Amino acid sequence: MEPLSLDALSEIDTHLSDEERMVRDSVRRFVRERYAARAGELFEEERFPVELIPELAELGVLGAGLKGYGCAGMSAVEYGLILQELEYGDGGLRSFVSVQGSLAMYAIHAYGSEEQKQKYLPEMAQGKLIGCFGLTEPDSGSDPGSMTTRARRDGDSWVLSGTKMWITNSPLAHLAVVWAKVDDGGPESIQGFIVERGARGFETPKIHGKMSLRASETGEIVLDECRVPASAILPNKRGLGGPLGCLTQARFGISWGVLGAAKACFESTVEYARTRVQFGVPIASKQLMQERLVEMAVEIVKGDLLALHFGRIKDRHGRLRPEQVSLCKRENVRTALDVARSCRAVLGGNGILLEYPAIRHMLNLESVYTYEGTHEVHTLVLGKALTGLDAF
Amino acid sequence: MKILVALKRVADPDNANKVKIPASGDKVETAGLEWKLNPFDDYALEAALRLTENGKNPKARVGEVVVVTLGPKECETQLRSALATGADRAIRVEATDEALDGRLVAHALRAIVAEEKPDLVVMGKQAVDGDNNQVGQALAELLDWPMATFAATIEEEAAGSVLVGREVDGGVCTLRLKPPAVITVDLRIVAPASVYSKHTDKAHKYADGVRFAALPAIMAAKKKPLAVKTLAEVTGGATPTASYAKFELPPARKAGIKVKDVAELVQRLATEAKVL
Ligand SMILES: Cc1cc2nc3c(=O)[nH]c(=O)nc-3n(C[C@H](O)[C@H](O)[C@H](O)COP(=O)(O)OP(=O)(O)OC[C@H]3O[C@@H](n4cnc5c(N)ncnc54)[C@H](O)[C@@H]3O)c2cc1C
Repeated sequence: MEPLSLDALSEIDTHLSDEERMVRDSVRRFVRERYAARAGELFEEERFPVELIPELAELGVLGAGLKGYGCAGMSAVEYGLILQELEYGDGGLRSFVSVQGSLAMYAIHAYGSEEQKQKYLPEMAQGKLIGCFGLTEPDSGSDPGSMTTRARRDGDSWVLSGTKMWITNSPLAHLAVVWAKVDDGGPESIQGFIVERGARGFETPKIHGKMSLRASETGEIVLDECRVPASAILPNKRGLGGPLGCLTQARFGISWGVLGAAKACFESTVEYARTRVQFGVPIASKQLMQERLVEMAVEIVKGDLLALHFGRIKDRHGRLRPEQVSLCKRENVRTALDVARSCRAVLGGNGILLEYPAIRHMLNLESVYTYEGTHEVHTLVLGKALTGLDAF
Repeated sequence: MKILVALKRVADPDNANKVKIPASGDKVETAGLEWKLNPFDDYALEAALRLTENGKNPKARVGEVVVVTLGPKECETQLRSALATGADRAIRVEATDEALDGRLVAHALRAIVAEEKPDLVVMGKQAVDGDNNQVGQALAELLDWPMATFAATIEEEAAGSVLVGREVDGGVCTLRLKPPAVITVDLRIVAPASVYSKHTDKAHKYADGVRFAALPAIMAAKKKPLAVKTLAEVTGGATPTASYAKFELPPARKAGIKVKDVAELVQRLATEAKVL
């Protein structure tokens, strides 16, 4: 008997419009034809394929969730479907697109002046300008309010000093959206600044030796008395709500994206278990193995429904509550990570080879578990919302 | 240049093993099948787009590409997808597969050609469901137009003629056609240097394969015109002449055997298969 696919099991397509399916299928074809075959190699080489950037831009995935300024104006569900297909290929590819669109472009779109939007967004959508998003610091991760990067007004310019850490895309970025406390203020003084590469005192050393998201470039942003013009400040938002607002966008996308990784692991593993023979029969014919596969499939289908449910609400109301986004990110990342680990086990020794996608996705998902708010931080967000008591 | 591209949806060839035939054997069970554009038609559309553009600026059409299909309402999914990929307009002739045969489809296309007056009709060499390989040839005959089948390359010449390369046993046969003409395409038509309009520089190389529908174009495709016609409007009273007698699944394949080494393989090829 032919195995039932996850999509056939969930019949998720019946909830999608023709356009939504077309968007998904176009990105699906792109990822499978242009990326999938190289995914292991790029991971091994620790390299993001910059040569794909013009094609990604042509496809329309950069800033796809934004309206105007040359962006594709996709709905929340369409954006989610896009990220899911990208992460089916690799979390590094998805991270590149998430950071460009949901973090760097979104910050400018939501908090920038009209001139800033005109100046940067169309070229960012075309992939001619790559952006990154600098919030985390060596001593400020889950508690971004504790950041020490400072911006000081000096005549017609701002002078930035501080170090940002773990910044996706920073080594290849043309511009960085950097968050800093203004003058001697506290978290309420936090504002965003657009720093263009070339500014004196701006450096982005690459972080080497990552065992996760190796196909995504990660670096620092070192700001050594870096002087930018007065017009570099994002004028329309002050306080920690600025960067957190961007993260809410990106996290929503991640809750879709990770299911792509889970599906890639699941599909290749079912295939393997059906053909790998031990004790005279395919290992997939063993009850223990079937239980594993069933658990995975059920969790993935539930994840799809969760993402779609909240995606529809986001499209209807224009927004989600941050707690709802925490719920999606926390739950679906955990699902994906559990699935990837379980697939890794089903593959036995082969499971540690890059030839099979499971270990690559498994390792990638360790980063996704941590970035965009760790699993624990989202637990605290939900715990606070549900009890009214702050446990941070 | 104006090009008409005929498209057909087929049951997803990757899931051919899901095709079921009821005990009566009078039809192929289509419920639950996934539909896709016939791959050769996808290549035909790509060729038509390349012929109506400057490869450096593929978003601007030089000329017009009209896509046409015969099928039920659900086929509009494939038409919309063709519009998203770059076609300008679509026509759907309301019909079910059972009511059609190659001859009738060719008659219907002739009527559409009479109305649209394209310079070229570009189509797949065959549909991968029935593998009949008839409609292109029948259409050229009905129109009394020159035809080139199984095209691997197409080059538009300055004078307006087209050079079509056909891969034949032992070489390439090149035909020069004066439009209007019918061209059916083979899979190599989507290689990077297979198709050149007179606007595209010969040094230009396309990405291998069929282009991707850009996301903004998918949204814009909703607004492109899609006309619907009845079958009677375009067949002029012609009726199918082929009728299906019976459908059967191919017999299940017997398991092969495993040989222990090359020596045994050679020995069996020589003594059992008698091919050495
Ligand atoms: C590959 C990668 C890419 C990244 N890209 C970006 C980027 O583009 N831009 C950017 O700004 N940042 C980026 N980050 C940084 C990421 O957001 C942080 O790593 C994350 O916020 C966690 O911070 P931390 O690493 O300092 O860990 P910490 O905050 O030190 O946390 C360590 C552990 O303590 C737990 N913990 C912390 N506080 C509490 C608490 N109150 N109660 C219980 N447990 C707690 C955490 O859950 C975690 O398990 C990236 C990280 C990685 C790994």
